[in-house]
Formats: sequence, structure tokens, C-alpha cells
Amino acid sequence: MLRSRIIPCLLVHKKGLVKTVNFKDPKYVGDPINAVKIFNEKEVDELIVLDIDATAEKRGPNFEMIKNLAQECRMPFCYGGGVTSVEQAKRIIELGAEKVALSSAAIKNPTLLAEIGEAVGVQSVVVVLDLKKKGLLSGGGYDIYVKNGQEKTGIKLKDFIQELNKIGIGEIVINSIDKDGTMTGYDVSLVSMIRDLTDFPLTVLGGAGNLEDIKSIISKFRIIGAAAGSLFVFKGKYRAVLINYPNREEKFRLFKEIK
Amino acid sequence: MIGIVDYGSGNIQAIANIYNRLNIPFQIIKDPDKLKIADHLILPGVGAFDATMKELNDSGLRSSLDEEVLIKKKPVLGVCVGMQILAESSEEGNLPGLGWIKGKVKKFDVSKLKEKPYLPHMGWNTVEPKVDHLLFQDIDHELGFYFVHSYYFDPSQITDILGTSFYGETFASAVYHSHIFGMQFHPEKSHSNGIQLLSNFARL
Repeated sequence: MLRSRIIPCLLVHKKGLVKTVNFKDPKYVGDPINAVKIFNEKEVDELIVLDIDATAEKRGPNFEMIKNLAQECRMPFCYGGGVTSVEQAKRIIELGAEKVALSSAAIKNPTLLAEIGEAVGVQSVVVVLDLKKKGLLSGGGYDIYVKNGQEKTGIKLKDFIQELNKIGIGEIVINSIDKDGTMTGYDVSLVSMIRDLTDFPLTVLGGAGNLEDIKSIISKFRIIGAAAGSLFVFKGKYRAVLINYPNREEKFRLFKEIK
Repeated sequence: MIGIVDYGSGNIQAIANIYNRLNIPFQIIKDPDKLKIADHLILPGVGAFDATMKELNDSGLRSSLDEEVLIKKKPVLGVCVGMQILAESSEEGNLPGLGWIKGKVKKFDVSKLKEKPYLPHMGWNTVEPKVDHLLFQDIDHELGFYFVHSYYFDPSQITDILGTSFYGETFASAVYHSHIFGMQFHPEKSHSNGIQLLSNFARL
């Protein structure tokens, strides 16, 4: 049987790893390569690494860093940050990443996704959606943001997902700005809404505070990517930096309890 | 020496990294003449069937590969789309496959899936061995392997099935015919199981 994936998501800022809260206040948590080495030992299901500086600094991906990370990864590796062209995406896959994630460039120009899909295979194309709840006065729903939550796009979420359905991609990462770093549980209603709109694999990011949150999101959606930042880099209520991940027994117990 | 065939498709570096770590000699081979010095061959592959076949056909490696595999009978392992091109044809494209193992590549029937997501079949799934083969020695079957694909190899002969997995229906996730092997999953991205399998292949 296919299992849901439990995925650490690492953010790169100024060449180090950081963890944010609501996309703000990046706190340094360590060295990227070192973290990958630890996650290898812990046999994580998959790893997402997002360079949060690239688009904001108007630069492309740091291929040297991607190469080093991909070489180290013994698990599927998804890279995102600053990808704006087919050539960049191709190079990232050639360097050994399984998946390439796009956000702002895909939102501005969705046809780029089709071109990248043709070059590297549709299954390797991931779209990350940074979403924030609209104010009550604007009637609810979610806004799509780019540039680390700095810029509201004004694009309707529903329309954009329908466009993705037409183009064909491998996965959508639902990244909740409101939940980021809060460790208060996933935004389940947001995931439900997107699940209804598309058949693609989904990964949910933002809000996981403990393994119970992961268990409940998997129980509800059966097959999903349950991603987390803080949960896998902090330990205890004082948020001491400690790379962690459920060991094999804990992971399989979690899946058994769901059945 | 393991020859990782570089015809322009597939995650070559990840496979090379594992053999490097295992201290098993390997070479990434682009030059048809170099195929001779390898005693095992690995055929990676990602992307669409026709694009992969076209790259292989245009690489200049095709006739030498046929010779090494079909005449000299060197063990060969196709991974992901590198497995699918071992078949005769695919519903995904129009070009003929290598035809080294009889069968067709088909698309998953999503109507058999009870819940979303549908395609691709992506994530960790178990592989049930159908044969007691050295390739699966010391593999942890509960842990399984990492998959990402929408098409699967349906071999004509049931005896060519090495292992099966389930995604709405049971499908052949590992096939073999004599010294020719194909794995739909990615051993190079499957932690200890993948390392074990690649090490087992080197010992065949």
C-alpha cells in the first residue's frame, strides 16, 4: 500500500537554515548539508528545501548549493526558489533533485509549468502556493502571495488551480502563511477546499506542532504529504534547535493507528 | 565495474553517489566503446517514454547496448522509465521500446482508485517479491521503495514478474527476464533498501 509522506521542509536564508513565523523573523537553525546528513540517518520520506532569498533578491537558484544538497540526499529531494526558466529546472533535475518547485514564476506565467513538464517530466513539477486568509470584510477565502508573503497577487485561488488542472503538474504544496511556525495544527479547511478542486497529489505545510497533527491530517486525507518545518527542527517549549524526525517504529505505529 | 549508461536521461548522479559510498567501482558511460569494459549496466530514465527512447536512439549507444545485453548477456538494470523502455511499446508514446522483455507499458486506471490523489502514483509503497531472487536479499519489505510514475510495465509473461505493488490494482513493480531487470521505483532514492538493492545487483 502507498503510504502518506512525512516531509521536513527546510528554508535557506543567507546560506544558513532558518525557521520563520508567519513568514517573518527568520531564526538560524543550522547548516543545510549537516541537516541533510541527519535526515538521511533518520530515513525521512522526502525533503523539501526552499531558498527564500532567491526571488526576493531577484536572482536565480544557487546551483552549487543544490548540487551539494542533491549529492548528499538519499531520499527524494524537492528544490524551490528563484526558478524562472526551463533551463534552470532542467539543470536542477540533472544535479540530482527529483522535483523542482515553482511559486512566483508559475503564478505569473503558468505556461512555464507546461514547458518545464515537457522537459523534465510532469511528475517532477511542483507548485508551491503561499496562502493567507482574507480578512472577514473581504468575504473570506484565501489570497495567493509571492516573495515570502510580501506581495499579494490578486489571482483567484480557484481559477489558478483550475488552470493547473489543465496544464498538468506533479504536486501542489499548500503553504499557509497564517500557520507558518505557529505549531498550532494544519489549516484543515484550506486543504479540504483544495482537495476538492484538484486530483493532484497534495502536500500541506504550515502549522504542524506534533505528531498528532500529522496523524490527524493523514487520517482525514488518507494519502497526503504532511510537511513541517518547526516540528522537525525545534524541540520543547523553548524551541531549542534539535533536528528530529519520528523513528521507524514511531512512524509505522502512527500509520497503524490510522488504519 | 558497474556502467551507468548516460544517454541524457535520468538521475545518474544519485546512482553514482550510492556506488561511490559502497566502494563499488562504477563509471558513467557516454561512449559506446566504453560499454565493453563494464560487467553490469544500469539504464536510468526519467520523463516521457518517447523522449527517453529518442534520446537513447540518438545517443549512438543503442547498437553497442544491444550487443552487450543481448549477445554478451551482461546483467542490466532499468530504473523507472529506464525500466519501461525495456518493454515493446507504451501507451504513453508511439516509438517502439527496446523489447528486451515482452510486454506493454500501460497507464494506471484511475477509476479503480477510491480516493484522490490520482496520478502520479507518488510516494513510498511496498514491493511484494514474487520470486526468491538475490536482488531482493536483505530487503526490508515493510519499508518499501519510493515511486513516482503514472504508467506501469505490464509484462506478457507472468514468469517475468519479479515483484508487485498495489495502486488501485496490482501491477508489476519489478520485472526480469534472465539477466535483464527492471524496477519501476527509485532505488537511488529509497534509503537503506535502495542501497541494498543496488549492492545486490552488483553481486549478480
